[in-house]
Amino acid sequence: MSALLEAERLRFAYGPRPVLDDVSFAIGPGELVGVIGPNGAGKTTLVRLLAGVLAPASGSIRLAERPLSEYRRRDVARRLAVVPQDAHVDFPFTALEVVLMGRAAHLPPLGFPRARDLAVARAAMQRLEVAHLEDRALDRVSGGERQRVLLARALAQEPDLLLLDEPTTHLDLRHQAGIHEVLGELSRSRGTAVLSVLHDLNLAAMYCDRLILLAAGRVLRVGTPSQVLTAEALGAAYRTQVYVGPNDATGSLVVLPLVRRRG
Amino acid sequence: MTLRPPYLTARRLAATTAVLAALLLLSIAGAMLVGPVRASVWRALTDAESTDHVILFRTRLPRVLLGAVVGGSLGASGAALQALLANPLACPHLLGISGGAAVGGVVALIAGAEAISFVVPLAAFAGALFAIGVVYLCARAGGRSTPYALLLVGVVFNVLASAAIMLINVIASYSQAHGVLFWLMGSLSGQSWQLIAAAAAYALAGLAWLAAHAQDLNLLATGEEGAAQLGVDVERARRAIFVAASLLVGAAVSVSGMISFVGLIVPHLIRLVLGADHRLLLPASFLGGAAFLVWADALARTALAPAELPVGVVTALLGGPFFLFLLRRELARAAS
Ligand SMILES: Nc1ncnc2c1ncn2[C@@H]1O[C@H](COP(=O)(O)OP(=O)(O)OP(=O)(O)O)[C@@H](O)[C@H]1O
Ligand SMILES: [Mg+2]
Repeated sequence: MSALLEAERLRFAYGPRPVLDDVSFAIGPGELVGVIGPNGAGKTTLVRLLAGVLAPASGSIRLAERPLSEYRRRDVARRLAVVPQDAHVDFPFTALEVVLMGRAAHLPPLGFPRARDLAVARAAMQRLEVAHLEDRALDRVSGGERQRVLLARALAQEPDLLLLDEPTTHLDLRHQAGIHEVLGELSRSRGTAVLSVLHDLNLAAMYCDRLILLAAGRVLRVGTPSQVLTAEALGAAYRTQVYVGPNDATGSLVVLPLVRRRG
Repeated sequence: MTLRPPYLTARRLAATTAVLAALLLLSIAGAMLVGPVRASVWRALTDAESTDHVILFRTRLPRVLLGAVVGGSLGASGAALQALLANPLACPHLLGISGGAAVGGVVALIAGAEAISFVVPLAAFAGALFAIGVVYLCARAGGRSTPYALLLVGVVFNVLASAAIMLINVIASYSQAHGVLFWLMGSLSGQSWQLIAAAAAYALAGLAWLAAHAQDLNLLATGEEGAAQLGVDVERARRAIFVAASLLVGAAVSVSGMISFVGLIVPHLIRLVLGADHRLLLPASFLGGAAFLVWADALARTALAPAELPVGVVTALLGGPFFLFLLRRELARAAS
């Protein structure tokens, strides 16, 4: 299987201290990969490197077998979509206008959306249950609604690879599961690969094919959820005791922090 | 807003622009009739030697047209800069370009140029070009010029420019200083047809340049990283937009002095009513800014007739309170 995205020996630093050190992995078509790790581990930085927003100090990123740095931005945008950790929009674009922006790289520079672009955008909004927000200004919707609109914009790009930075932080229980159902469905029907930064290890256990555990800028473990989610590896990464046990409802694992009670 | 469909179509763009253009033409015709003295349109049209003809077509028309050109430039560049800085309350005079133009113009005035000669606009424009270069280069680090850096450098440059103007004013004679003050507050009178034609062609070219980047502006307004990953070559787009918008502002200040609030309020209002898509917002802000300034100048001519107010005073007195109102509303919404 040829890799869709390959990261090799990535190193990066904002200042003198390395933030990512010797990070390597590959993602194949249709794979759902979760990136987990404590605050400040370098997860968002990794997403920004893979999105081409930051350039690695050393190491290489290859998208569809070609170095990412050789692409024009428009060509990247047709293959790869990103949903950032926190995005707010101060201008009164409607939700549909924002989702249609996902089509920009598929249209000529000043082109108006064609019937197909509208259909793609509206289908994405339907999938994420934000179709009813179509004519609402994006600076007047709730945090979770905005997050789902931005996810719909990424889907409207029809990418081969989706990079998501904590896509479920603002979402309620039902939509947390719902988004992962949508992602799984996309992976099966279109072969879309997903790399998703997740703090909820139970969601990670349930929906990801593979997990990358980052701690202090290094890859601590890569593998299937049952290989990565062990009490020992998580304990080392998060520096706290955790309980890992079977999830009887889904057959995956449950992870719980063990808070030592005093007295 | 429920006034508009949820996205912009080519038809709505064409129809809205046509309506606004018609309103501007009506404004131009209407404002020509407004002034301290009454003039008969009939006599002006039939007798080219009449005083009415001179008043309407040689005094008022050039002034109204220049108002339209300047207002349009300020409106469109304001809309573009607001998206560029990802800040809907940014104003085209923030970036230091106007300060540079003002210093250039003031130097020419003090050196003895007449306020209505073409020397002053040229000197002011040279000042604007200088400011554009300095601000862009100072704000650039590591091949990038962030909105934050542009804004900060621009503000500092404006402070330096106003200090320079104060210094020049202290040295200058009383009557020169008065002339400088009047020029700075903005005036649309007394410019030649050649200058107006040149300014109009220039403004339309600037508008076209900005409009070519309308989709980039849409994406930039939703954030720099988002724009990059949606396919915008951010640094290139940003440079092109900054230069185009600055050239428009610089030219506007050069031919008319500091006219504030047009570039801030017009795009803001148009966005409220017509939405944020820059393919429509840019031409609409141009036409809206043009009509706004044409009427503001009509007021400047008549409010204290026979004395005349600097048009910049009118726009500031109208725009300032209105801006505070918008700001209060914004703050109230953010707090709720
Ligand atoms: N713009 C920046 N300049 C300097 N240091 C930064 C910058 N952004 C992040 N860092 C630092 O880099 C490290 C990694 O940050 P990053 O945002 O990638 O962490 P993360 O794993 O996404 O954390 P979180 O779970 O809190 O989102 C942190 O130590 C952080 O302080
Ligand atoms: Mg993060």
